[in-house]
Amino acid sequence: MRTKRKEKDSAQQTGDKINDGGKQTAAQRKKSLLEKARQHRKAIGENLHDAVVAEQYGAVSAAVERSTSTKQKSQTLAWQTRLDRIVTGRISGFLFMFVLFTIVFWITISGANIPSAALSLVLIGKAVPLLHAGAAAILLPPLAASFLIDGVYLATAWVISVMLPPMAIFFPLFTILEDFGYLPRVAFNLDNFFKKAGAHGKQSLSMMMGFGCNAAGVVATRIIDSPRERLIAIITNNFSLCNGRWPTQILIATLFIGPLVPSYFGGIISAGAVVAVAILGVAISFAASWGLSRTILKGEISTFSMELPPYRRPKILRTLYTSLIDRTLIVLWRAVVFAMPAGAVIWLVANITLGGTSIAEITASWLNPIGLALGLNGIILLAYIIAIPANEIIIPTILMLTVQSARIAGAGSGAGVLFDIESASYTLTILQAGGWTLLTGINLMLFSLLHNPCGTTIYTIYKETGSLRWTMLATLLPIGIGFTVTFTVARIWALFFR
Amino acid sequence: MSKQRNLEKSKTTVCESCSAYKSANLKKMGLNADNADYVIALAGNPNTGKSTVFNALTGLRQHTGNWPGKTVARAEGGFSFREKFFKLVDLPGAYSLLSTSPDEQITRDFILFGRPDVTVVIADASRLERSLLLAAQIMEITSRVVVCVNLIDEAEKEGVSVDARALSREIGVPVILTDARSQIGLDALLSAIYDVASGEEKPSPRLRVALPKEAEYAVREIEGDVLRLFPNIDNARWVALRLLEGDTSIENAIIDGSLGVPELMPAIDDSTAIPNLKPEAA
Repeated sequence: MRTKRKEKDSAQQTGDKINDGGKQTAAQRKKSLLEKARQHRKAIGENLHDAVVAEQYGAVSAAVERSTSTKQKSQTLAWQTRLDRIVTGRISGFLFMFVLFTIVFWITISGANIPSAALSLVLIGKAVPLLHAGAAAILLPPLAASFLIDGVYLATAWVISVMLPPMAIFFPLFTILEDFGYLPRVAFNLDNFFKKAGAHGKQSLSMMMGFGCNAAGVVATRIIDSPRERLIAIITNNFSLCNGRWPTQILIATLFIGPLVPSYFGGIISAGAVVAVAILGVAISFAASWGLSRTILKGEISTFSMELPPYRRPKILRTLYTSLIDRTLIVLWRAVVFAMPAGAVIWLVANITLGGTSIAEITASWLNPIGLALGLNGIILLAYIIAIPANEIIIPTILMLTVQSARIAGAGSGAGVLFDIESASYTLTILQAGGWTLLTGINLMLFSLLHNPCGTTIYTIYKETGSLRWTMLATLLPIGIGFTVTFTVARIWALFFR
Repeated sequence: MSKQRNLEKSKTTVCESCSAYKSANLKKMGLNADNADYVIALAGNPNTGKSTVFNALTGLRQHTGNWPGKTVARAEGGFSFREKFFKLVDLPGAYSLLSTSPDEQITRDFILFGRPDVTVVIADASRLERSLLLAAQIMEITSRVVVCVNLIDEAEKEGVSVDARALSREIGVPVILTDARSQIGLDALLSAIYDVASGEEKPSPRLRVALPKEAEYAVREIEGDVLRLFPNIDNARWVALRLLEGDTSIENAIIDGSLGVPELMPAIDDSTAIPNLKPEAA
């Protein structure tokens, strides 16, 4: 049998060769074949297809009729219909969606704080001095030790402590909703907006997929059969916040938005802010689709019917297991893989000096005017350049660059590292030392939503569209919108607070 | 060892009904699907549980989700059963083989030209007619079909019960009832796949539709021309019928020569895993 398969494969190849030989005549023969089919079709009549399908359907339903039996009307359908009336209702659907996602993020935010603090205490506060002591004990040159510990290790440790806890809570919750059958209902609620925007209703499904991973979302647009609408879905997929960006949103909201209100409201307000950014992303997705379908991607809107699957009782334990192993660990692993070289790059740009100033400082101060005009700063922009391969490492990159260039007392400087025990506020301390304000926080949340897709997504867009032009547009459009939005917010901010 | 083999060959009813015996025979091989003895395709309407069956048999954790359109690329995995290696290919959901969206084309092209030894059609027990319409179209192409009626738990709750033996008699291929989410019926499914793959069981589909006389004549003539242009193609008759019906995607595939070349389609291991961890086959 094994050899049989191999023979098949080689037969396939020779088949191709035959087709290649004698191109001219082959093309002519192909044409005449199609012409012959066309003439036969005329003779037989155009409705052969319908007749065949109708007869097939008749045969199938007779077979089903004879081999199934239906007892009493079910009760499951009744409660499902009642639930659907709320979940997919015109107004109640959106209220339900908003409340549900706010609760999900509130659970994530309030649950992630303590383990996050504990992780950074152990991985950074305790481990970094130990590692330095160890390096000194085995007589590692101080520069090499600093490169490995303050560069490679620190970036990795930061990724884990910042990302692991929110992911370990958020992904299982999200997967349970998916298992239950909620996602297609969201798509159903949004379908109308997509039609109004001149896009395909199925774009709501690829957009939902993008909330997990934009590269996966771009691949998911394959369910859309019209190339025009598929391109719109691909170009706008990046406006769905992905796995790599949720932790950034959650952290910044916790640090900057939560403290605006009394502490018992902090969690829910932070959650609301994250949901607001996600909704803004959806709104911009509609706006961009609308713009594209009226300018460079004009055309007909296809109709389709989407089937709402039944609600299914989620397999809670299996969901917990698979979402932890598959989603959380895979995303974390990817973050770690990208964080290690990024940590090395960060250490190098922060420690290689030209005329007494580090490359990081030179670049950051060069980018600073642009950054400040956008309500951000040079370090954030530099971080977004370093972190093009993966969104996941934005926060650690920003933290490391801030620590390394702002020369915050002790941090990452070898012996006597000063790490606050109440570590959640430690991140805030670093950022405030880097000159961050509430505006920086808000605009970072906006910029994290609205910037170029990550390297993997850009590559996937190129593979799926096969076109450099569309890939460029999909890359530059979000960042253009990002610059516009953050700049506008910064201008308005300046009007009120200066 | 030889004793065990004899037992398998004799197919005693005791062993057939003992699930422990068969489960012990199933070895989940994960991604290791090279050098397979048999290639098995999983097809079916969207959201009928193809990926769940795929995961249950291969031990992989292809992402599953309760919504139609989740799988858009084919995923491959392996398992071994009764000392044979099986390569299992999870295909995107499709309502028919006649449509043109890229994900449904992947399904159509694989069944047509990927030469699976068995095509398992996963059907939704509560929506049998629609599921079997796809099965009927697949049976036009190949007779080596097993119908797996999945989600029987939901159908039962809705008051629908399916008589597998009656249905099997009606459509002429093996029919297995499963609830893959709870691992129910998978042993019987494995046996059915094994029997059809090894040729021990030769299904004879009965849902094939006879064409009107002049259409039949035209199909035969076109079929001959298709075979002359694409000598290595399976299912030239199916292609001829599509041409007669005026299927533009098949017409295009003939013009650009992509007809019957499954390598033109990408394979992605896992639709939600980050693609650069598991790079696509170019």
